[in-house]
Amino acid sequence: MNVSDFAIPVIFVFVLVYGLCRKTDIFTEFTRGVKEGISTVLDIFPALFTLVLSVGMFRASGGLALISALLSPVTNFLGFPGEVTPLVIMRPFSGSGSVAIFESVLGQTGPDSYAGRVASVILGSSETTFYVIAVYFAATKVRKTRHALPSALAGDLTLWILSGLVVGLWFY
Amino acid sequence: MKWVFAGLVAFSLIFGIIGGDVAAVSDAALSEVQNAITLCLTLCGIICLWSGIMRVAQTAGLVDVLAKVFRPILTKLFKGIDPNGKALGFIVLNITANMLGLGNASTPFGIAAMRELEKEECTGEYASNNMVIFVVLNTASLQIIPTTAAALRLKNGSAAPMEILPVVWITSLAAVTISLITAKILSKQRKKAGVK
Repeated sequence: MNVSDFAIPVIFVFVLVYGLCRKTDIFTEFTRGVKEGISTVLDIFPALFTLVLSVGMFRASGGLALISALLSPVTNFLGFPGEVTPLVIMRPFSGSGSVAIFESVLGQTGPDSYAGRVASVILGSSETTFYVIAVYFAATKVRKTRHALPSALAGDLTLWILSGLVVGLWFY
Repeated sequence: MKWVFAGLVAFSLIFGIIGGDVAAVSDAALSEVQNAITLCLTLCGIICLWSGIMRVAQTAGLVDVLAKVFRPILTKLFKGIDPNGKALGFIVLNITANMLGLGNASTPFGIAAMRELEKEECTGEYASNNMVIFVVLNTASLQIIPTTAAALRLKNGSAAPMEILPVVWITSLAAVTISLITAKILSKQRKKAGVK
């Protein structure tokens, strides 16, 4: 049992009852919202499709292992567990992809090992950066995202550098 | 984003050739388009559900109430945002959904907020500073309890799945702070370069 289990039914009931109290035609409004939902999905579908396709091809190419190997001097220097590097790279691109890598890291090293804890922190402290940027802007007419990507990646980079360090300080 | 797209596709061919497994890349291209459709259909249901709820909340005036409560904090973060506009309300809904870990709900709220920001700030094909700040808040993790990570830790036999909580809070806070500072600094630089 956690907060998220309660959240959906509680919010649902609360909003509908609130609407009734304010004499809103909740049925008509809800169905209109659903219709808007369909057009939202159509708006974001092309960006979603493109990202899923290109990330899927990249995962299949085995490029993750190669990039991780190339980055090993940097991770060694930072004291970052090398097993977790593929997770760091995949995390901004794909939620399901990073969960798959996360599980394999936990399987290899155990969840309560140093690498397992660092992987948990990475997964728990970040979002699918590229997915968010692609989908959110796809819903608008904006084509020049300006400094959105560099700013977001600065956060992801901070997390990468800090995760190993803070886990080390906190647990060991 | 065009460089990300080109990079991913080009590197998958290059790495495919280096690793001697171009067939896998080719198979992936064909199977991933299916995955994309499946993902979209799953999302479609969830987005419709939350759009329905959102619409009721908006018409009943609930979104405005929320916006009013959080206005003092949010107008400091989003400089020049219309304090009575709709965008603020959707931003509140999106941030709340993110904190509670309702990732699926935060997307339709976030999209609604982006559209309202676009209407209020009409910057044409360029993202406004407030849009960037809002997107950056969403690319960082605001989730208070990392439920997915904790559930998977438990499944894989962790003795204390939640022990990572304090570290997650420290690192997410640091990451989002750095992102926002970067966004502030870069917004000024790009302004000088002639982009509005």
